[in-house]
Amino acid sequence: MSALHDKSVAELSAALQARQVSSVEVTRAFLDRVERHQAGLNAFISISAEAALAEAAQADLRLGRKDAGPLTGIPIAHKDIFCTRGEKTTCGSRMLANFVSPYDATVVERLRGAGLVMLGKTNMDEFAMGSSNETSFFGPVHNPWDLKRVPGGSSGGSAAAVAARLAPAATATDTGGSIRQPAALCGVTGLKPTYGRVSRFGMIAFASSLDQGGLITRSAEDAALLLGAMAGFDERDSTSVELPVPDYSAALGQPLKGLRIGVLKEFFDTGLDAEIEQHIRAAIELLRAQGAVVKDVSLPNLPLSVPTYYVVAPAECSSNLARFDGVRYGYRCDNPRDLLDLYTRSRGEGFGAEVKRRIMTGTYVLSAGYYDAFYLKAQRVRQLISNDFERAFHEVDVVIGPTTPTTAFELGAKTADPVTMYLNDIYTIGANLAGLPAISLPCGISHGLPTSMQIIGPHFGEERLLNVAHRYQLESDWHRRAPPGYA
Amino acid sequence: MQWETVIGLEIHAQLATRSKIFSGSATAYGAPPNTQANLVDLAYPGVLPVLNAEAVRMAVKFGLAINARITRRSVFARKNYFYPDLPKGYQISQYELPIVSGGAVDIMLDDGTVKRIDVTRAHLEEDAGKSLHEGLGGLTGVDLNRAGTPLIEIVSEPAMRSAREAVAYLKKIHTLVRYLSICDGNMQEGSFRCDANVSVRTHGAEKLGTRAEIKNLNSFRFVEKAINYEVGRQIELLEGGGQVVQETRLYDADRDETRSMRSKEEANDYRYFPDPDLLPVEIDQLYIDSVCASLPELPDQKAQRLRKDYGLSAYDAGVLTASAELADYYETVLEKAADFPGIAISPKHAANTVIGELAGLLNRDGIEISDSRVPPAALTTLLARIEDNTISGKIAKDVLEAMWEEGKDADSIIKDRGWRQITDESAIEAAIDAVMAANPTQLAQYRSGKDKLFGFFVGQAMKATQGKANPARLNELLKKKLSG
Repeated sequence: MSALHDKSVAELSAALQARQVSSVEVTRAFLDRVERHQAGLNAFISISAEAALAEAAQADLRLGRKDAGPLTGIPIAHKDIFCTRGEKTTCGSRMLANFVSPYDATVVERLRGAGLVMLGKTNMDEFAMGSSNETSFFGPVHNPWDLKRVPGGSSGGSAAAVAARLAPAATATDTGGSIRQPAALCGVTGLKPTYGRVSRFGMIAFASSLDQGGLITRSAEDAALLLGAMAGFDERDSTSVELPVPDYSAALGQPLKGLRIGVLKEFFDTGLDAEIEQHIRAAIELLRAQGAVVKDVSLPNLPLSVPTYYVVAPAECSSNLARFDGVRYGYRCDNPRDLLDLYTRSRGEGFGAEVKRRIMTGTYVLSAGYYDAFYLKAQRVRQLISNDFERAFHEVDVVIGPTTPTTAFELGAKTADPVTMYLNDIYTIGANLAGLPAISLPCGISHGLPTSMQIIGPHFGEERLLNVAHRYQLESDWHRRAPPGYA
Repeated sequence: MQWETVIGLEIHAQLATRSKIFSGSATAYGAPPNTQANLVDLAYPGVLPVLNAEAVRMAVKFGLAINARITRRSVFARKNYFYPDLPKGYQISQYELPIVSGGAVDIMLDDGTVKRIDVTRAHLEEDAGKSLHEGLGGLTGVDLNRAGTPLIEIVSEPAMRSAREAVAYLKKIHTLVRYLSICDGNMQEGSFRCDANVSVRTHGAEKLGTRAEIKNLNSFRFVEKAINYEVGRQIELLEGGGQVVQETRLYDADRDETRSMRSKEEANDYRYFPDPDLLPVEIDQLYIDSVCASLPELPDQKAQRLRKDYGLSAYDAGVLTASAELADYYETVLEKAADFPGIAISPKHAANTVIGELAGLLNRDGIEISDSRVPPAALTTLLARIEDNTISGKIAKDVLEAMWEEGKDADSIIKDRGWRQITDESAIEAAIDAVMAANPTQLAQYRSGKDKLFGFFVGQAMKATQGKANPARLNELLKKKLSG
């Protein structure tokens, strides 16, 4: 029998329901690993061992009373962008380094309600702005496959924690690839649901029209189990969609016969690592062997994703982050002389360089005289990209391509040039601009580092995505490989 | 040089919803600081706005009442600027696609003519909090109770040509929002206030002059005074060879002057953009129809009806319908006339009493018509007693005053005071005889042709009856007796 920390959510669920193991035992096993690897990986910003064990004890009582759901007693880590009542929620920033939230995010509340036990809060790029986890005020996260390398970002802590078996699953958020890219670089499964599928209430906003909460897990099967518990309409988020939440697990086993897969021409055009391409082509062959039909599709406006995103996202962030002004909560500079000094120093000292860069970019593109040339034009291109996807989904059921152009790069390799860093999101941004669900899953190992593919589906097509990913994972074992030393 | 004044108003009316426009906090006025501010109002990390449907309904009501177009898909936008009483660092407002556009109201000018004032647009937005500076030892306090209170901002065309017109327009909108029950209209508490855009140009010029915007005027009197001051300032400036600069000014009521607050160069670039946290507001015909069906009778309609049904003048109808409560009072007085069969109460007379004597008492004591110490039915009784000759119209004023002070009905006051009018001919005749006997000189003069002395005898005879003689009977008998 495998060690507790190597079990999937599905396996843990079965073991807990059968009372083969207690939630306290499971929780302690993961907490031990968190403690042991915190120094090396820096995957967590805060660890709530005591609270977790108390929650686990509660879960055991419910399991004993047969008053438990399928997820009761399973540990989970939350990205530190989700507000958690009574505990620090930092968003990876000095600005909120000591901020204790008075309320739970809807995602946290729902998962708590489903009986999950919170291990702690995972490290992340500051305010989710970054692709390498190097912008965190709490220091970078290290990739468990190679500690010299980045785990990706912004949900680098969540991805590293799940890859290193410090948590069976973690919540994450994705604005331009922040779930899928770190999942890809850490060799785990990352699901970004459709915009509006998961409530944004209590998830600290970066770019409201793009942000979406999701999951990092070790398999599509686990993602299906957890998504059902966190998705659904929330009256506190006007952009959440009032559609019933399907039983995602029920659709996993559906055969792939007749599934139409689109291979995204633009994704294979430029700058893609040759080995990653090989692995993805091999994965597509595996799906074809299961009866899927493969054809090429083209999204001509997709190459405009990165510049479009880097207008829209900073514009929204410049406004969303205006509330951090040192007046009501969060970082405040010492001895402000006057109001202007309070604002400029609190924000100047409280925010890191990348956040400031984006606030300035966003302020610029929204300014009088520039709005039409930048913001408005970007919104139009965004619509064109959406239309491209919509057309493609008339022809195919899902599209497949890479998640990232390369495997994990070294810490510090791209920090000097923001544009090089931004190009990391070249394949992931399209799904955010169009609000589509997308999943990243490992499909190989290149020079000791995981390679991954991305599957994008039509709006609210999570069942199909999970189904395709699960069928692939039934036929492959890349997702089961642990980084050396973390098995 | 002949100058023409051009005024446009931006009116902010607080909508009378129970909770805020994007949060569940209460909107009641006067609570201790920050007791009506929840996490959404405080702009905590992660919180999101949710639109209050009642605020939308009220805005649509207003739009329909001024015959405006209701935008089928209006959009909330963020107006970005930093201020301590603006917790999010932006105000949620509407910019390119307001919920109401077009529309007009009619105002009556001093000379009795009617002028139509076009309304450009009306949009929904949230109010800011308040910064407090007093009693905090040099520190600034922030009270967020008002933050997020729903407002409708009503923007007029630059259609008004004098401070009086601006006030008439402001009063008309004030009347309208209160008829619609969408705003309590309380100007002291700031639930109804306006900014005035004022410019002058030479008579006949087509191009508008450079305007100054006077912020936050919160009484009808201040609006008039501030505009008049500002017009004088601008004319003086231009006639002295200077130029008006586009700027925001504040009115100082203590000194009766406007002062520069910030110039156009210092103005904020608000970086408006559609708020991604809120969906566009979709409104269909069914919804519009349902709101339309809920509209009450509006002031202009009511005035029309009062003129038609009761033969009132445009002026009287206008005054009576300035508030729905006043018009209701008046109509209740007339309805109660049914309790006095056989006595015809004149609607005109009733109108005069309500907008004359009664309004005088209300004003004097600062009481609203709905709290009048003389209820409508009591006033009907008083009017009936004039019509049935129990009392004279003259003494009726004293009866009303006594009713007001003592809270008793007309009949008991007339009885207690012995103010019943004398209609008994023999009593009047006796009084006349006594007056004639006491004034033989005047009598002789009258009889020799000095007709003007008739009034003298009326006065003396009235005095002799303590004013209680029926004037018509007295006149008749006096004429007969004097002529011998």
